[in-house]
Amino acid sequence: MKIKKNIAISESGFIFNPTTGDSFSTNPIGFEIIHLLKEDKNKEEIKQTILSRYAVDESTFEKDFYDFSTLLQNSQIAEE
Amino acid sequence: MTAKKQLTIAVSGLNNIDSPGPGIPVIRALKESTLFDVRIIGLSYEALEPGLYMHNLVDKSYQVPFPSAGTDALIERISYIHQCENISVIIPNFDAELSNFMKLENRLLAEFGIKMFLPTQDQFDERHKSNLFEFGLKHGIKVPYSKMIFSTAEIPALLNEFSFPIVVKGKYYEAYIAYNIEQIHSYFNKLTSKWGLPIIIQQYVFGSEVNVTAIGDGNGNAIGAVPMRKLYITDKGKAWAGISLDDDKLVQIANKLIASSKWRGGMELEFIKTAENDYYLLEINPRFPAWVYLAKGCGQNHPEALVRMALGETVEPFKNYEVGKMFVRYSYDLIVDLKEFEQISTLGELS
Repeated sequence: MKIKKNIAISESGFIFNPTTGDSFSTNPIGFEIIHLLKEDKNKEEIKQTILSRYAVDESTFEKDFYDFSTLLQNSQIAEE
Repeated sequence: MTAKKQLTIAVSGLNNIDSPGPGIPVIRALKESTLFDVRIIGLSYEALEPGLYMHNLVDKSYQVPFPSAGTDALIERISYIHQCENISVIIPNFDAELSNFMKLENRLLAEFGIKMFLPTQDQFDERHKSNLFEFGLKHGIKVPYSKMIFSTAEIPALLNEFSFPIVVKGKYYEAYIAYNIEQIHSYFNKLTSKWGLPIIIQQYVFGSEVNVTAIGDGNGNAIGAVPMRKLYITDKGKAWAGISLDDDKLVQIANKLIASSKWRGGMELEFIKTAENDYYLLEINPRFPAWVYLAKGCGQNHPEALVRMALGETVEPFKNYEVGKMFVRYSYDLIVDLKEFEQISTLGELS
């Protein structure tokens, strides 16, 4: 999954899709994941990064990452 | 530094209400022109059009006869206003008045030297709601299937060609979405009583509404085009907030339409963008939209370009615009002295 090239993301976690005009706000973890996706990290690499930085178990990460990535694709921020 | 050229420009559409006319946004764009120093003459139809009382934007206003009074009454009034104000350019902003101004375009130029930059009668007629489906076929633009009806007796047979929801549109303005045959009857009667016949029946297309404000030079060149998505829509379907989009495909469709039709003047294109990224043209408004000031905010001053073309200048197309610029409307209570209302109501003029 990749973040579309023209998506604008600010340091505050504000995301703007200039093609659709939609804008979103994400929390710091979402912002971090989006940045990792922009750096072309795959899911496994993102998982290792998040698990090493935060007190979260693997199954919770898997579930939340699945929800978040579905949201990003439905919102046309990311694509396969 | 070159001094700005001084011009007196008459502008209609001063109804800056919840369903606003384009007059005030056009005036704001002209007042901020880098080329012209404009004196604005407001042309109004009603004594309560808010633009009449916006003296920071409108220098003097005159009532003009309703379009139904015809071209003779209009040119007589324009002649009087011209004697008082020496008008250089007129920018009409109402669909319903455009026909009269188009008919008078040559006379106004020949008799008074007043310039306009309007679509031709053929262009105006071709893009009419009732002809839009054929327009799309001719110019290779997708348009939802539609047909005109003139009587409620034609409604039952519509179900052979359309499926619900169905859009029921008035001749000039207003549209409603019908989910059953009773609603079609109701909207037919409502729209007929207000705007007359025919009523346009259009297949509803699911998607998000995106619009383009554009301007053509009459030779097939798109001088400017800025796409926008409505972010906040009023109960009348009007944009209360919107944002400029980075949408090359949409701009290309607008350019193609202008090239093919050789559109002359300002216009608004209304599209539905489907989930499959197809664009269906819903409507062409033959004048600037009320959100045209967003184009100025994005770096394309369309009203200024229109005035330049009206004056016979060659205008180079805008190459880009700023994406992600928003407009947000607001309402504002002007406090007006009764004397002003009296003046425009009784004398038909207001300084």
